[in-house]
Amino acid sequence: MTVIHDRRPLSRRLVLSRGAALVGAASSGLLLPEIVRAQGNKVKVGFMLPYTGTYAQLGVAIENGVRMAIAEKGGKLGGREIEWVKLDDESNPAKGVENASKLVQADKVDVLIGTVHSGVQMGIQKVARESGVLNIIPNAGVLAATRALCAPNVFRTSFTNSQPTMALGKPMMDKGLKKAVWITWKYAAGDEAFEGFKEGYTKAGGTIVKELGVAFPNVEFQALLTEIASLKPDAVACFFAGGGAAKFMKDYAAAGLKDKIPLYGSGFLTEGTLEAAGDAAEGVMSTLHYADSLDTPRNKAFRTAYARDFKMQPDVYAVQGYDAGQLLLLGADAVKGDLANKAALYKAMGSASIDSPRGKWTMSKSHNPIQDIYLRKVENKDNKVLGVAAKQLADSGAGCKMA
Amino acid sequence: MNIADFLIQTLNSVQYGLLLFMLAAGLTLIFGIMGVVNLAHGSFYMLGAYLAYSLSSMLGSFTLAILAGVVLSVLFGLVLERVLFRFFYQRDHLDQVLMTFGLIYIFEELRSILWGDDVHGVPIPPLLTGSIPLTDTLSYPIYRLFMAGLCVLLAIGLYLLISQTRLGMKIRAGAFNRDMTESLGINIKLIHAVVFAIGVALASVAGMIAAPISSVYPNMGAPVLIMCFVVVVIGGIGSVRGALIAALLVGFVDTFGKVLLPQVSAMLVYMLMAVVLLWKPEGLFKQ
Repeated sequence: MTVIHDRRPLSRRLVLSRGAALVGAASSGLLLPEIVRAQGNKVKVGFMLPYTGTYAQLGVAIENGVRMAIAEKGGKLGGREIEWVKLDDESNPAKGVENASKLVQADKVDVLIGTVHSGVQMGIQKVARESGVLNIIPNAGVLAATRALCAPNVFRTSFTNSQPTMALGKPMMDKGLKKAVWITWKYAAGDEAFEGFKEGYTKAGGTIVKELGVAFPNVEFQALLTEIASLKPDAVACFFAGGGAAKFMKDYAAAGLKDKIPLYGSGFLTEGTLEAAGDAAEGVMSTLHYADSLDTPRNKAFRTAYARDFKMQPDVYAVQGYDAGQLLLLGADAVKGDLANKAALYKAMGSASIDSPRGKWTMSKSHNPIQDIYLRKVENKDNKVLGVAAKQLADSGAGCKMA
Repeated sequence: MNIADFLIQTLNSVQYGLLLFMLAAGLTLIFGIMGVVNLAHGSFYMLGAYLAYSLSSMLGSFTLAILAGVVLSVLFGLVLERVLFRFFYQRDHLDQVLMTFGLIYIFEELRSILWGDDVHGVPIPPLLTGSIPLTDTLSYPIYRLFMAGLCVLLAIGLYLLISQTRLGMKIRAGAFNRDMTESLGINIKLIHAVVFAIGVALASVAGMIAAPISSVYPNMGAPVLIMCFVVVVIGGIGSVRGALIAALLVGFVDTFGKVLLPQVSAMLVYMLMAVVLLWKPEGLFKQ
């Protein structure tokens, strides 16, 4: 399926012979229309994802998911063959606009699938709004993408940064945890996660005693853990991800806080970090729109097929990619492959109902999933699903005005 | 803040400061003696952490892993000095910055090829796992105290090596006047190779002993490198004593800043650096 751009240097003889053949064919009126039709028949799908650096594995998981969803339905979009283009965005926000423009202008993609990093997404967002190219966001949770900067041609199949933490409120209050301390990295994603937590927790009747922050990506938490111990809240809620998340859980346990003050967090706290955190993560509670262990036939079938095709276990990012593929299929089928019929295409995608491994979800008015958020607890190095923390939770989409 | 909290935060400050010192000591040594600006210093820290991860599972013992890791780091430092850094002592700082900046990317890529991009944990050795209860809610991990102790030992060892031994005398002489030292029949090339290897080993050891509490993950050297430079600049470039004082100062400002002035805490360390530079443009202790 992959088309590799032919970069063989042309020898003089090759140019001459092919040139002659072309002229001959063209004069007989056979070749040129053929070329035009062949190009017009293929849909160009561009991946703008991180393939190097910290997020490289997320990029691979997302691409796998997209390809799998489309391959399951015959490998075509609305009856048309696909030409794939890949671009490594390196999670580098400084090159976000440049890279997105390259895909849109030089490669002329019909669809841009990307990306993981919110800062890079802001670049894609700008290009998508200006060029009108169809953009499907398979991860980046930056609020603006489906709020103030939303666009008819931009769809997200993942989450907003406030969605998982918004669901923390109810399960915490159900346990009688009325006073909480919030702690996060002080950067955009942390602030947006706090916005969700604050809304969900205070609405459920809880009080946030103190808001603590560490500069990103600083991982020296000891001073703040001492502060937490002297504040003695009923619970701690947090947003951390990756290596910092593993370190935070370890430090939290080593400071003796784990058994005295329960730790809650956005689900990214315990995604991909459980092996590193070891026993320190046991019992940590988190909320997310997916869990590997989700016990549904749909999820099990997905996991088996993914493991068979790619020889590795899928994660939440693979699911988000898979749904991006499903969404694109659904749209392309609705317009029978005529992606230029934008009104009908966006209408079909905007009213999509996706049967995802994470459970069924629908697209909100601002083009972000309305989805169940699960409550999970770490048991034996696995996120065990305890139930649904918030049913069909939608992001507010505040400030979104579709043109 | 009551007195108990104050004392615990002081302990946090000292412990963080000592770890910073161990990291910055190698950097300031290499800069002070050979005049090389080494941006790849954070990569040596990362290398140490990944060595601890691999070796401790391979050898089954954290102590053995550290010993083997030190040997490997010293060898690595010697090789790197011989094939690369040796040719940069006399060159412009900008050349050194470019070369070592490139090394960061090479080491990150090698790390990705050899170990992958996952986050890994290194178990704390069983002897040091416990915690000492300080208040009814807070305990202090024994391992952190062990780290602080080890950093103090290394600081003393480094001081004795440089000020009391014959090798230390040659090192100081070489830093003071390279040509004169060489003409007195001292093998300055060997001295430089040794100092460079010590610098690499110091960063690597810091990474190894930090690994159990910090986890092991890609790009872990980057934030460390920045703090190292802050410490080295405040302390005075090339001064080991200055690095110690500066590291403790940064530890205090960072810890208490987070608690007392949370809104500006991210800036405080850099403000400290600015103030010190205004007052003493060459740092607290100029060599």
